[in-house]
Amino acid sequence: MLEDKDRIFTNLYGREDWSLEAAKKRGAWHLTREMLQCGQDWICDQIKASGLRGRGGAGFPTGLKWTFMPKEVKDRPHYLVVNADESEPGTCKDRDIMRHDPHLLIEGCLVASYAMRAHKCYIYLRGEYIYERERMEAAVKEAYEAKLIGKDNVHGWDFDVYIHHGAGAYICGEETALLESLEGKKGQPRLKPPFPANAGLYGCPTTVNNVESIAVAPTILRRGAEWFSSFGRDNNKGTKVFCISGHVNKPCNVEEAMSIPMKQLIEEHCGGVRGGWENLKAVIPGGSSVPLLPREICDDVLMDFDALREVKSGLGTAGMIVMDNSTDVVKGIARISYFYRHESCGQCTPCREGTGWMWRVLERMADGKAEHSEIDMLLDVAGQVEGHTICALGDAAAWPVQGLIRHFRHEIEERISNYRIGKPLVQGASVAAE
Amino acid sequence: MAVRRFDIEAGGDSFEFAAETEDKISFWLGKYPEDRKRSAVIPLLWLAQKDNAGWLSEPAMREVAERLEMPYIRVYEVATFYTMFRLKPVGKHHVQLCGTTPCMLRGANDLKEVCKSKIGKPFQVNESGRLSWEEVECLGACVNGAMVQINDYYYEDLSTDSLAEILDKLENGVDVEPGNFVARERSAPEGDAITLIDSALYDGSVPTGISSLPNMPSEMPETSLKAAGKVTPAVKKAKSVKAEKVAAEKAVKAADEMPEESETQKRPEAAEAPSKGAADDLEAISGIGPVLAKKLNSLGIFYFSQIAGWGEAEMAWIDAYLSFKGRVAREGWIEQAKELAEKGKS
Repeated sequence: MLEDKDRIFTNLYGREDWSLEAAKKRGAWHLTREMLQCGQDWICDQIKASGLRGRGGAGFPTGLKWTFMPKEVKDRPHYLVVNADESEPGTCKDRDIMRHDPHLLIEGCLVASYAMRAHKCYIYLRGEYIYERERMEAAVKEAYEAKLIGKDNVHGWDFDVYIHHGAGAYICGEETALLESLEGKKGQPRLKPPFPANAGLYGCPTTVNNVESIAVAPTILRRGAEWFSSFGRDNNKGTKVFCISGHVNKPCNVEEAMSIPMKQLIEEHCGGVRGGWENLKAVIPGGSSVPLLPREICDDVLMDFDALREVKSGLGTAGMIVMDNSTDVVKGIARISYFYRHESCGQCTPCREGTGWMWRVLERMADGKAEHSEIDMLLDVAGQVEGHTICALGDAAAWPVQGLIRHFRHEIEERISNYRIGKPLVQGASVAAE
Repeated sequence: MAVRRFDIEAGGDSFEFAAETEDKISFWLGKYPEDRKRSAVIPLLWLAQKDNAGWLSEPAMREVAERLEMPYIRVYEVATFYTMFRLKPVGKHHVQLCGTTPCMLRGANDLKEVCKSKIGKPFQVNESGRLSWEEVECLGACVNGAMVQINDYYYEDLSTDSLAEILDKLENGVDVEPGNFVARERSAPEGDAITLIDSALYDGSVPTGISSLPNMPSEMPETSLKAAGKVTPAVKKAKSVKAEKVAAEKAVKAADEMPEESETQKRPEAAEAPSKGAADDLEAISGIGPVLAKKLNSLGIFYFSQIAGWGEAEMAWIDAYLSFKGRVAREGWIEQAKELAEKGKS
């Protein structure tokens, strides 16, 4: 188990006070000016050396992303935008950072903005996080009053942080949709290129980072890149906040070292699977968008980007959804398909039509009211949606379905056969593809 | 995607922000660059929803559009896209029940039955007007499922019993504190803590244990950082929206900003300001919105017949005044005005 002294979010559960004084006592805002004095290149190099990969799902190296910003500020100002639109089913880590350790995030915003030569930062919270927004506003106010940020602050880099919020659209977690939303429009993703580093918010160079990626940065600089990279396997360094929900005895958020075995994580921190490990049916390891894994794979898989990719899933946001043997796994995935149908922005046809189609077929399959041939048709449609849309929501909608068929095809087939045993077979009636 | 339409009938025909909301509006507008007011549309719609008993009526959207100088349709577009904007009346306590898979695994479907039996169908306000409910997608509190959001805050780790109790209390006018409804600390695992128990994390020894940054560069680079310790608090007070409006109106009236008159440009003749309601609705001309209508009024233009009577010179003057680059002609204001004036006579 990760030792307490190596945890970054030492107030993850809000047992201590969130406010500035207590946060400073826990180590926040310590040596921040010195970090800035070491220069922009040093900060980017250190973050690169630490091996930090983006914590929002895609896992892109954070330090490298920062270097994509123009080296000089010309006529357009630079912006940092923090993606706090946490809506991926299974994920609730940023929420705890914002409500219990807000100063680590604000400090991270300053350091990252400086590294990218930005004087302004917007933090985009999802609309439902009203409590978290109030907390962030209060923390920002404290930081202004203590002259830690703002004009002529003690760090010598003029810097403003603004809290912004959305209003219940999952798609705004996609970086360009988030920028559209922040500009006061519908959250529909933009075509890339141009990438936000060239033309982002208000057409200015912008970098969008996840809350956790930003909030860990100051601690990495304070304790050293080697310290951070001493956790996890190569290419999967650091510590990570995992969210474990579903059928475990004690669902929780917990910060652990990367590459921890899934079984160990569940047994040590969550009191094991309900009814024992043998009762495990499947785990969705990284938020609803990634394919699920059956128990055989869960037995010894490691929780990191590469290990999960090898088993055709992904670490995503590290929001694990655990399902025991009582679960109707087809219904479970059908509900995820409903989620994507509801959250599709409607811009690209494959997604707008495909998500609803997949949901309707899965709902029928959950009852067995389908043809055997429809399983392959569903797989085919999922493949048509995947990769044919502007943003990754199409992919995210297709992957859970593909994962279900890959690992639980036998269950769907069985259900279709069983349904027919009980009823007279009327060819073609009521089961034609929609 | 969801198709969402708004309730025209229930909305009435007027909406005003509460007086105490004005400060909040100024606060939000202060966050964005001057020429990017539109960024505040979601926060302002949210405030409007708060001031309108928890849902957005069409007049409320229009008010937001005027505050932000946006075309109405752009605000409607935003309001119908984002699902937290409720387009029909809701109960005093609106319950949003998370039904997505992580919560479903923890019994959200049973909670739905509780809502159905205690309140009724989704989006239906119950008889007393106190409760309504809907199923929403993942609320981002998955390790605390099953859970609901009631108005602003989260009620977590619910069972059918605890939800039923909450609903009963709210129905009877008793407030219920949000939070966890089993014995646990927020998102921590139930039972005795096994992490974050080292007291050295909290006694101040963490920062004192780090006296300098590791890996400092051997040569410090030149930076553009300002000298430290210059503490000159300069609190910039955000102008209130009303003050801004008044200033804008004054500016419009100021004669020195008007384009010069010449042979090719002539200011249209002004009419006496009519008594209230007697003026024509200039917004009937396609191309003229509420902001433009006000500007034209301030020039003394109140009637279709006036616009219908413009010649080339007047049109050019108006174009220059509004820096329109030919929009008046392109949109055919004069032709439209002629038509409308005709209609008015008959």
